Amino acid sequence: MLGRAANGVFWMSRYLERAENTARLIDVGFHLALTRGNRQSQDEEWKSVLTTTGLLDDYCSKHVDFHGTQVFNYLLRDRDNPGSVLNMVENARTNARVVRTSLTNAVWETTNEGWMHLRDLLARPVRETSLGEVLTQIRRTGTLVRGAIEGTMLRNEVFNFSRIGTFIERADNTARILDVKYYVLLPSAAWVGSSLDNVQWDTLLRSVAGNRAYSWLNAGSMDPRGIARFLILDGQFPRSLIFSYEKIRSNMAGLAKEYGHEVPSHELLRNAGARLHQITIEEIFEGGLHEFLQDFIGKTIEIAGSIAADYRFSE
Amino acid sequence: MLLTVKHTTRYVFDGKVTHGLQRLRLKPKSTHGQEVVDWRMELTGARQEAAYDDQHFNHVDLVSIVPGVPEVVVTCEGTVRTIDNNGITGPHTGLMPLWCFLRPTPLTRPGAKVRQMLASIEADRSDVLGFLHVLSGRIAEQVEYVSGTTDAHTTAEQALAAGKGVCQDHAHIFIAAGRLMDVPMRYVGGYLRMDGGDEQEAGHGWAEAHIPGLGWVGFDVSNAICPDERYIRVATGCDYGEAAPVTGIAIGAGETRLDVHLSVGENKVGAQQQQSASGGQQQVQGG
Amino acid sequence: MSAETGTNFDEMLNADGSVRPAYAEFRQWFDSQDKGWLRRQDAEAERFFRRIGITFNVYGDDAAEERLIPFDMIPRIITAREWRKLTRGIEQRVRALNAFLQDLYHRQEIIRSGRLPIEALRNNEAFLSQMIGFTPPGGVYTHIVGIDLVRTGPDDFMVLEDNARTPSGVSYMLENRETMMAMFPELFTKIPVRPVSDYPRRLARSLQACAPPAFKGEGGSRPVVAVLTPGIFNSAYFEHAFLADQMGAELVEGNDLRVVDGRVCMRTTTGYKAIDVIYRRVDDDYLDPLSFNPNSQLGIAGIFDVYRSGGITIANAPGTGIADDKAIYSYMPEIVQFYTGEKPILQNVPTWRCSEADSLGYVLDNLADLVVKEVHGSGGYGMLIGPTSSKKEIADFEVKLRAKPSNYIAQPTLSLSTVPIFQKEGLAPRHVDLRPFVLVSPDGIDITPGGLTRVALKKGSLVVNSSQGGGTKDSWVLDE
Repeated sequence: MLGRAANGVFWMSRYLERAENTARLIDVGFHLALTRGNRQSQDEEWKSVLTTTGLLDDYCSKHVDFHGTQVFNYLLRDRDNPGSVLNMVENARTNARVVRTSLTNAVWETTNEGWMHLRDLLARPVRETSLGEVLTQIRRTGTLVRGAIEGTMLRNEVFNFSRIGTFIERADNTARILDVKYYVLLPSAAWVGSSLDNVQWDTLLRSVAGNRAYSWLNAGSMDPRGIARFLILDGQFPRSLIFSYEKIRSNMAGLAKEYGHEVPSHELLRNAGARLHQITIEEIFEGGLHEFLQDFIGKTIEIAGSIAADYRFSE
Repeated sequence: MLLTVKHTTRYVFDGKVTHGLQRLRLKPKSTHGQEVVDWRMELTGARQEAAYDDQHFNHVDLVSIVPGVPEVVVTCEGTVRTIDNNGITGPHTGLMPLWCFLRPTPLTRPGAKVRQMLASIEADRSDVLGFLHVLSGRIAEQVEYVSGTTDAHTTAEQALAAGKGVCQDHAHIFIAAGRLMDVPMRYVGGYLRMDGGDEQEAGHGWAEAHIPGLGWVGFDVSNAICPDERYIRVATGCDYGEAAPVTGIAIGAGETRLDVHLSVGENKVGAQQQQSASGGQQQVQGG
Repeated sequence: MSAETGTNFDEMLNADGSVRPAYAEFRQWFDSQDKGWLRRQDAEAERFFRRIGITFNVYGDDAAEERLIPFDMIPRIITAREWRKLTRGIEQRVRALNAFLQDLYHRQEIIRSGRLPIEALRNNEAFLSQMIGFTPPGGVYTHIVGIDLVRTGPDDFMVLEDNARTPSGVSYMLENRETMMAMFPELFTKIPVRPVSDYPRRLARSLQACAPPAFKGEGGSRPVVAVLTPGIFNSAYFEHAFLADQMGAELVEGNDLRVVDGRVCMRTTTGYKAIDVIYRRVDDDYLDPLSFNPNSQLGIAGIFDVYRSGGITIANAPGTGIADDKAIYSYMPEIVQFYTGEKPILQNVPTWRCSEADSLGYVLDNLADLVVKEVHGSGGYGMLIGPTSSKKEIADFEVKLRAKPSNYIAQPTLSLSTVPIFQKEGLAPRHVDLRPFVLVSPDGIDITPGGLTRVALKKGSLVVNSSQGGGTKDSWVLDE
């Protein structure tokens, strides 16, 4: 397949994944704001959402306050915001058009329809009352496209590049979410049993759609170490770092099998994956959670860059 | 005259070339008035991709620059036997119809200056050959030979307006004006052995006009003569662009330095080389 | 049903209002359908097109703006007998076009013979001197041709335009049929309509038959075909992707390609891979920055050198635009006669060349009745339709015409045939043209039955171009 096409399916999947994660962060921000009485702590929550998405500076160059409606409209539909959901879904759809011939009709049509639907929904400012519908539609688009890929695509290079894109993005997103809130998991900062922390932890889990799974696994009891282990090292949780890396590994193995040889990225990935498998949560806390996450985010970027170079995504 | 040519073109790149191509028209052919005895081309830092004859029957080589090389060197070496035909190359051959040599090209599209100059010439237009000689003289008079003021993209009109230029500009103005008179005109790129030694500053360019009864006749405006046995024709075209010795692209090259080394020597068969007897010949300049 | 006054030939109805045989079965079916259901189907068709993304971008609009070409669900029906005659005429014309191109780029016998004046070529930028002396692989210049036909009477088809560069619209021909078969499957069981769906396969086979000398076919491999697109912002991007997909060919852009080992190669995830035949949807001028427009970002540096040295086949060949130039068009009857030795089966629309003083005088005197077109224009822009223009429009156009007469040709306003379109109120006749698609290979000339019918959706309008509010119809050729 063309290097440019590989680049296209890779980024199509990344943008869809990122749009979905942004939607989830907005959802969490909204929930939190509802539970906060005073305006100042509501604004703090929205500010934190912007920090997680890496868009705080851009936002501040345009707006002076953090009023909820303004923030989520910025995140959802601001044309000037390169990370807005609308722009990302459009990017995903543009990439899908570029690689149209590599996709099945089902994948193209779900992507195209998802974009058409969201474009209509986001044509006018979103109000609090319609936020739920918009967020649901964003998640549904991601789910439908992934489902179409899963159900209709040949298990070949196109499929593998798409999955690698999804899980590179997911690993990166989970690590970023965790890194912005890592202090709430530090033992020193923990007010054991405080209701505030419980809310913070719950928020963190919700941000990666892990609150129910975690509760189910831990019979409702929460502790920072358990949460960190769950998000980083639990191989069953589909948004954990280790799960994402395991998927990247298996799809990269698929490429090596199809092409008959490995590329330097395989070695890079093997080393990074081995570290995740060997390390314990205690060792992570000992070395510093923030340091660990920063290192992980850096590694993931390096791997993505290496894959792009090895498979000739561009000249 | 037996002429030996050694022509080295060296491109030195500041940056790292990721992709580069050069189209070379550097190989002379045996035609009326010249016979290529032997010829070879050597490439350093580049490799051959394709070779063919173009619409003007020029031999063309497409070469690619080996990615990352610091320089590309193209060396041509060979021997060509020439005779003096008073500049006449003879009847038109090949499939390019003569009317194609009447079409203006980007470099030879006449403007007000060219038309003005042409109109100001008072000479018998029915004697085409005579008139072209007058025209040639007029251009040399109006456009001083100064190197470095024009480049490969300078048009005839621009050079005439500036009043300065090199052989290529002289040829383009001549071609532009000739076509206005409905004379088929073409550009010729090649070599000239100038008197006073083998070393030449650069390749040479001149023009040919198609005159009924004679066929193609050469005019070297810069030297105010018709080409003789000191000239080797390498490529022709409707303007310099179609006959250029090297055109190309080099992505990532950055600043590129170009060094050209050219020697055109006279090979006197069976005799030791002597200083050439310059007899009644005029001083000529290349470029 | 609204009837239009005038003398237009109605393809469905006789003058007395009875249905012509070609439409008899369809009309019977149509009349028996519930009109509310038909209206719902009509709306459904648009949703279908949007979802699969059959859109085109209009130049000058916001690049993100993707429009849909309106689809009308009443088919345009051509009888087997009519099609047989058309086929003969088209084949003759396409043969002549290729012979003409071969001649123009070689000995130019037609000019030597005095049948075509040099002036037709001399200032014509579509004539590429770089092609002189070169014969494309298989001797084929126009691998894909679209011949625009109009009809003025029962047996009167005329050629309005030849499209010898990169004719577009074939994806609509195919999707229109798909849509019709999905919406009204029972129609196709009742009426024997000749299929069009194997066009992409025939296109692939036809292109593969023109492999360049560099293709050796080791181990029984087939020539590698790729479709070159300017990219997703091109108005016909959908079609490029569609054809590549249907042919099983790669869809490539200029920056995917480079010259490697004397071949034009595409950058794949595992390295550069040679292309044998490139079906390019990029204009000549943008094809190779080393040979043509040096600022082109859409082409491939050196592709022309590879082409001339036998390393790739370019379809259509560079320089074919000269054959569909409107100035050349007016000479087509002579051209057909010269190369085939036969009388042209298909007529040209009578054409006045404004470059000729007599013709210009006539055109200026009759602007209000004529259609005046730019010689090098396309897409229905820059033209004057006398009868539907205001006095001021005509006066403004006259200024342009007088300033550069050689830039224009003029034709009489034809009374184009009509075919009904579906409207809420019922059927209404609208003007149509027809673009059959023709494939040329050393194995022969292959014409897909039917083609693309374009229809002017506005009442009385003669402009069928999609960029000017035209729509399309499924075109049926009935089986014997």
